[in-house]
Amino acid sequence: MGVIDIKKIAKTEQLFAPGHRACAGCGATIIIRQVLSVAGKDTVVGFATGCMEVVSTIFPYTAWEIPFLHVAFENVAAAISGVETAYRALKKKGKIKKKINFIAFGGDGGTYDIGLQALSGAMERGHDMLYICYDNGAYMNTGIQRSSATPFGAHTTTSPAGKKIPGKMQWRKDLTEIMASHGVPYVAQASPAYYQDLMQKVEKALSIEGPTFIDVLSPCPLGWYYATKDTIKIAKLAVETKYWPLYEVDNGVHRVTVKPRKFKPVEEWLKMQGRFRHLFKEENKWMIEYIQKELDKRWERLLKLEEAGL
Amino acid sequence: MKVVAKTANEAMAEAMRQINPDVVAAYPITPATEIVQIFSSFVHDGLVDTEFIAVESEHSAMSACIGAAAAGARVMTSTSSQGLALMDEVLYIAAALRLPIVICEINRALSAPINIHCDHSDTMNVRDSGWIQIYAEDSQEAYDSVIQAMKIAEEAFLPAMVTADGFILSHAMQRIDMLEDEEVQAFIGEHKSPYNLLDIYNPITIGPLDLQDYFFEHKRQEADAMMKAPEVIKKVADEFGQKFGRKYGLVEEYRLDDAEYAIVVIGSTAGTAKDTVDMMRDKGHKVGLLRIRVFRPFPAEEIVKALKNVRVVGVMDRADGVNAYGGPVFMEVRAALYEEEKKPDVYSFVYGLGGRDVKPVDIERVFQMIMDADKGKKIDRLNYIGVRE
Repeated sequence: MGVIDIKKIAKTEQLFAPGHRACAGCGATIIIRQVLSVAGKDTVVGFATGCMEVVSTIFPYTAWEIPFLHVAFENVAAAISGVETAYRALKKKGKIKKKINFIAFGGDGGTYDIGLQALSGAMERGHDMLYICYDNGAYMNTGIQRSSATPFGAHTTTSPAGKKIPGKMQWRKDLTEIMASHGVPYVAQASPAYYQDLMQKVEKALSIEGPTFIDVLSPCPLGWYYATKDTIKIAKLAVETKYWPLYEVDNGVHRVTVKPRKFKPVEEWLKMQGRFRHLFKEENKWMIEYIQKELDKRWERLLKLEEAGL
Repeated sequence: MKVVAKTANEAMAEAMRQINPDVVAAYPITPATEIVQIFSSFVHDGLVDTEFIAVESEHSAMSACIGAAAAGARVMTSTSSQGLALMDEVLYIAAALRLPIVICEINRALSAPINIHCDHSDTMNVRDSGWIQIYAEDSQEAYDSVIQAMKIAEEAFLPAMVTADGFILSHAMQRIDMLEDEEVQAFIGEHKSPYNLLDIYNPITIGPLDLQDYFFEHKRQEADAMMKAPEVIKKVADEFGQKFGRKYGLVEEYRLDDAEYAIVVIGSTAGTAKDTVDMMRDKGHKVGLLRIRVFRPFPAEEIVKALKNVRVVGVMDRADGVNAYGGPVFMEVRAALYEEEKKPDVYSFVYGLGGRDVKPVDIERVFQMIMDADKGKKIDRLNYIGVRE
């Protein structure tokens, strides 16, 4: 895996054009640009229904300078598996010669929840495709409803911080590990704040023949209730507080790709976001303690996996 | 041409082999499973060039078909009943994206209660999804129609499903005239998509968000394509008839010329009904039959022409409207006749749900009831035939 030359990247053609209708400070649009700067023009993308599809393709306009497919909410993995299969069939017949990348994008709703079956199927079948989840931890497109990616304790419109139940009471699903358990050649977790790391992971995933998966933390100012200028800061803090470890599972072997020298308490990440405001009330402090304990435990487990070469 | 003994499942799988699509994405479901099984063996024995995707659900089957067709491939699949219902969401998308996918469909009742036998509730459920629907009377027609459907779909830019009755046709052996592989290839020609996702030098966005300002125009264009589809279907059927000698239309009239009483059916029941018509004709009754072969696009003109001089019509539906005014075929046939000054009285007969056998005596009873109605006996507008009540 080569080091990404940032000067070269800055000069690459913009394949995701300006003029789309994403919110200011949207993490997902930054992720898309980082991914495409590595993937390049010979790429077909598919999107699950969600924020990014909605803001980028309002007919008769499109922000996409590369082929783009949207079918429905739960099936982007299946749809792109069909595109990739057509590519193999037509290549076999000599109708296409060029190497083409196939990337499916879905939000956490379209990936962790409603699209999990189609994703699992596509990964098991071994299509030569990369699936990227832009994980903003809730159904942001429909107005901030909880998903199985929503962090413990977070306020959403369907897990509100109420008088009796203080937000979401379940820990988030560990999708990265679920994907790793599929035994696919490459799985990773990334954050747009560590763009070098993210782009290297994309480059690696695309260089591998077979199914690959990257889960990317995608801060959402609207759903996380923070100032739009803080998107990258929050994406960075998530890593520095162990909330979002940056690692990869390369042919079944875990490797932590970014190890912060010193960790910050998770409180620092939580307090920047309105969705966790209620956790700082006296009666809810136990929740912050629980989150910290759980993150420590999970980080230790990850290190053990890495040390054991698993 | 060679004569073989095949079930509808086998015949449709053979048609798929001869079409040799680029991509097939399919999932097993009784009674259509054999189609997928047989086709898989064609793939694994190298008899086709097809890339087969053994998906994890019918929803993903149709989703993968959509992706493959949008990439410019010739695409087919097969399903039945619950599988077609699970596809429902994406069937509408395939049609609206104007992707020429063909489904070999086997008719089976929708749950609940769960049942694996024939009725038409599955395909009637998706009748307004924008797919061309061709209902085969027998396995020969299922085979011939699959080959025609591929050409129709690609010329009309609309997906098409060819359906055959579960078990009655899917698992019953019949004598079939099979075309040579080269004849099928020459008939369907090479698939060409005007634009596709793999043309990376001409990138296009497929499936954009379409709001109040354009959505309606796109749906209107889709409706227009369906309105023009009868001409394509007739043209392809004529070409097929000229080349191979078997003629097909949107509807089939049987002894209707001077008929005073007629029944309308879809699918394999037409075989039994034709015998019943003959039997009743022998007894001196002026009875006839209209079989609707193509239900979507709805051949209103042909139906009106065939039925307008009849005194009373009984429309036999193998699907219930469940508290609609009658069965789905009944409602459309009756509506089509409404504008005629001289029109027959039309009654609805729901029969054969969940594979309940339909015998000549049942069909005779339908004729008897509409003849009685004509003589002034009051009968219900909606009648259930062959059920214990």
